[in-house]
Amino acid sequence: MDLLTIGQIINTTLVFATALIFASLGGIFSEKSGVTNLGLEGFMVFGAFAAGIGAHYAQEAGMGGTTSAWMGVLLAIVLGVLVSLIHAVASITFKADQIISGIVINFLAAGSTLYLVKLLFEGSGDSPLVQGFSKFDVPFLKEIPLLGEAFFKNVYPTTYLAILFVFLTYYIMFKTPFGLRLRSVGEHPSAADTVGVKVLRYRYIGVMISGALAAIGGAAITLTTTGTFSHNTVSGQGYIAIAAMIFGKWNPIGAFGAAVFFGFSQAIRNYVQLFEWSQSIPQEIIFMLPYLLTIIVLVAAVGRSSAPSALGEAYDPGKR
Amino acid sequence: MNNVLKWFTRDSFILPVVAIVMGLILGGIVMLIGGYNPIEAYGALFTKVFGDMYNFGEAVREMTPLIMTGLAFAFASRAGLFNIGGEGQFLVGMTAATFVGVKFAGLPIYLHAPLALIAGALFGGLWAAIAGYLKAARGVNEVISSIMLNWIGLYLANLIVRQFLLLKGENRSVNISESASISLTWLSELMGNSRVHMGTLIAIVMAVLFYIYMWKTKQGYEIRAVGYNPNAAEYAGMHVNRNIVKAMFISGMLAGLGGAFQVLGVFQYQTVMSGSPGTGFDGIAVALIGLNHPFGVLLGAVLFGTLTYGSAGMSFAADVPPEIIRIVIGSIIFFIAAQGIVRWILKPFYSKRKKEKVL
Repeated sequence: MDLLTIGQIINTTLVFATALIFASLGGIFSEKSGVTNLGLEGFMVFGAFAAGIGAHYAQEAGMGGTTSAWMGVLLAIVLGVLVSLIHAVASITFKADQIISGIVINFLAAGSTLYLVKLLFEGSGDSPLVQGFSKFDVPFLKEIPLLGEAFFKNVYPTTYLAILFVFLTYYIMFKTPFGLRLRSVGEHPSAADTVGVKVLRYRYIGVMISGALAAIGGAAITLTTTGTFSHNTVSGQGYIAIAAMIFGKWNPIGAFGAAVFFGFSQAIRNYVQLFEWSQSIPQEIIFMLPYLLTIIVLVAAVGRSSAPSALGEAYDPGKR
Repeated sequence: MNNVLKWFTRDSFILPVVAIVMGLILGGIVMLIGGYNPIEAYGALFTKVFGDMYNFGEAVREMTPLIMTGLAFAFASRAGLFNIGGEGQFLVGMTAATFVGVKFAGLPIYLHAPLALIAGALFGGLWAAIAGYLKAARGVNEVISSIMLNWIGLYLANLIVRQFLLLKGENRSVNISESASISLTWLSELMGNSRVHMGTLIAIVMAVLFYIYMWKTKQGYEIRAVGYNPNAAEYAGMHVNRNIVKAMFISGMLAGLGGAFQVLGVFQYQTVMSGSPGTGFDGIAVALIGLNHPFGVLLGAVLFGTLTYGSAGMSFAADVPPEIIRIVIGSIIFFIAAQGIVRWILKPFYSKRKKEKVL
């Protein structure tokens, strides 16, 4: 195996990790505010769907490749925020079980997106193929051996955007008053309420940002790897994003690392036949590895749980 | 008579019924917006299920694994555990049953089929017990570990089928031997050659056993106590950790048995799967509709099975995309979960009822 292959594997890893990064960052915003978000999968499905039809209609209207793709992302954000309001209203205002409410989102996503695709495109289960984002090379930097191949050749803008959002999330969460309030609402809502932080409002904002980011993650899949939306475009990535969030201990940098790890495990499948030693191992064992490793790491990293203390509890001001 | 009336006016009866009605209405509205006729669509749905014996039998077959995964989720819920791993337990149970069904050929039927069923239940249970053990011993959140176990279970199932049971040149296992089958030939012939099987009866028995175990035995009491308040249970001298592992084990047994039914009763072989079948996740919906009560789960599975199986007829006869049913089921769960909304809508009726009492 040469440097070129290693570079390509890293490159593919980042492509697969992109959607997971967005979605797990989304999960962090919601859960830091104290609202469990098992609906990430659903938000991603809605995002992937919106990106597919948004880019399609933008193309129909005569917009060029990248512009139409950005229109797809825009529609994904809008739809993600709108749908996240269902989760917010049920779990924050009406104090429904947050896990159940998240599952409802997944159910609604699976049903309604396919229903709409069939409605819009005369019975076809797939949205029409769109051009999406095209890969580009960064001049000069692409010449660097290994690094150029890994990070600066054949890259999608969404990958760079995802990495930017990791640092942005970190900054917002830990260096701004907004982040402090958001976290306080998830750690100790009644204390936050006492000092004048609007608990319910911050939770709503957390869930809405979560919906938007997870939807961008879904959009990234449609607009880079698949080019079309169908029922298996997202297929479980939202659940992996939840794992990445927990794996990364609700920290943006940690979640990023975990997402890259899962991305690597997906990328490695494309290259597995290149390794001599892997020929004798059944492919299922290689597929299993990331999930097994996650469990092992969770077991090894026992001790203090880093979940927000008020996670999953509805806030009732009367109970203070 | 008064008792009957009381039962019908209980919240645990009214809330799900109102939620179901609201879900159906919401689905109807979505159909109207899409330019379809909801009455025609729902009509086609019910004709599909109840129109002839064959389809009725097939709908019952569809409900059976849902009862099992629904019971599995409900059982763990009673112990305060969120078993999202029904999917993996279902697959592992299915694979164990296939393995016994194929490899133990030559056993008499009264041994082979029960053995295959027990293997399915046992391995499903052990698979869930891993998540239970990790929670009890190491404090690993069962939601996350069972999501991981779902994926591992999927690949493990494929691995075993491909390594040990493969039918040459096909992407599936060889057929299980006749002696392991739980198909009911006479009932099947009676019901237009639909694939009905003994699993349905076992599933109903399991629901009854669930009820008896949970509400009539000391062990069930302990599991519920741990579910309500682990600290209080601990203080009362119960072994919280042991109950967590036990509850997960029984929960996984139920899901694994559901998987075994699918192989032994319906397909007679197991395919190499590209993705999870989703029965475990649907079981969560069934349990939520049934408010985590075994008899509620039976009703939930009937509703869920009728809607999903019937939705095929809806698309055939009325040209409505069957996915709409997912929206209906999603909204039903939504309204059941967010009881506040239903109560808020029912408020005028509730206050009227109170007035009557005063008069």
